[in-house]
Amino acid sequence: MSTTRWKAVLTMPVNQDRDHIQGPADAAATLVEYGDYECPYCGAAYPIIKEVQARMGRRLRFVFRNFPITTSHPHAGQAAEAAEAAASQGKFWQMHDLLYENQRRLRDQDLRAYAEKLRLDVEVFDRELAEHVYAERIHDDFLSGVRSGVNGTPTFYINGARHDGSYELEPLLRALERAAASERGS
Amino acid sequence: MTTTSVDHPAMPLPAGTKAPDFELPSRPDRTVSLAEFRGQPVILAFYPEDWSPVCSDQMALYQEVLPEFQKFNAELLGISVDGVWSHLAFAKDRNLHFPLLADFEPKGKVARAYHVYRAKDGTSERALYVIDADGIVRWSYVSPVGVNPGADGILRALENLGKQRAS
Repeated sequence: MSTTRWKAVLTMPVNQDRDHIQGPADAAATLVEYGDYECPYCGAAYPIIKEVQARMGRRLRFVFRNFPITTSHPHAGQAAEAAEAAASQGKFWQMHDLLYENQRRLRDQDLRAYAEKLRLDVEVFDRELAEHVYAERIHDDFLSGVRSGVNGTPTFYINGARHDGSYELEPLLRALERAAASERGS
Repeated sequence: MTTTSVDHPAMPLPAGTKAPDFELPSRPDRTVSLAEFRGQPVILAFYPEDWSPVCSDQMALYQEVLPEFQKFNAELLGISVDGVWSHLAFAKDRNLHFPLLADFEPKGKVARAYHVYRAKDGTSERALYVIDADGIVRWSYVSPVGVNPGADGILRALENLGKQRAS
């Protein structure tokens, strides 16, 4: 038992009430990303995910979970908190997109400017960031990733199984289409 | 994940083996021995080299997960064949706050004792050991050199230590 390999699977199932989700609950393929807003590889994956979503439409459900590696990325924790604070005001995805489109500008004053741009209640936003209201939730995301075998960012899961292949557009699309097809067949 | 490498993966020391003791420098003025952690679990993370991209992600991840390891009262030790000055610069640059041990002279001696030395490359495998409070190997794992093994296996092994004690 000491040297067995294990299959990395999502240990925390997608939860409609808790997760940030785009796409229908009954989509044939579910793509879960564990990501860090300051990680350049996640930044490179961001437009690819957009393209995958555009091509697959309602057949794809996309879920984003936080995996800030603050040891390497000093702004990643605060950026994740900003996205969660925006979520509490109904604008998670708008903030998520702004953060990935401005990965090199994630200082506190930058986050505040994005909150203003999205017309959030900035007073609430500032207070929630100052009090780290969402730190625990982000840590729960992080731990669920660790337990699911996340070994760097971004790490993707397709229908619950870790996607160890490339996340360039074509291979990712192929993997998602394969998962969607086997879902229909089951 | 599949590996196309023709290398035969190293067979690490299996569970139940007494962990070979060692004493290695962690800083120019300090050495660390396995025996000093008797009474608590120890995680040994062998990695090929400081500065290579995968190692850095792996060690950054372990730094981030360190509080979880500490819930099991476990001590995390990174080990590579790099010298102490490289380790110092690497730890400072990457913000690592756990000991990195220099298996430098005689080169790879500890990696060899744990059956994870890659003679062809002159580095160690990317290998993980969880050693219990009595100094017995409870879990070992060798990852393909280019693949970050993550932390879930370590956490599972630490949990199993608790179960073994309770039963």
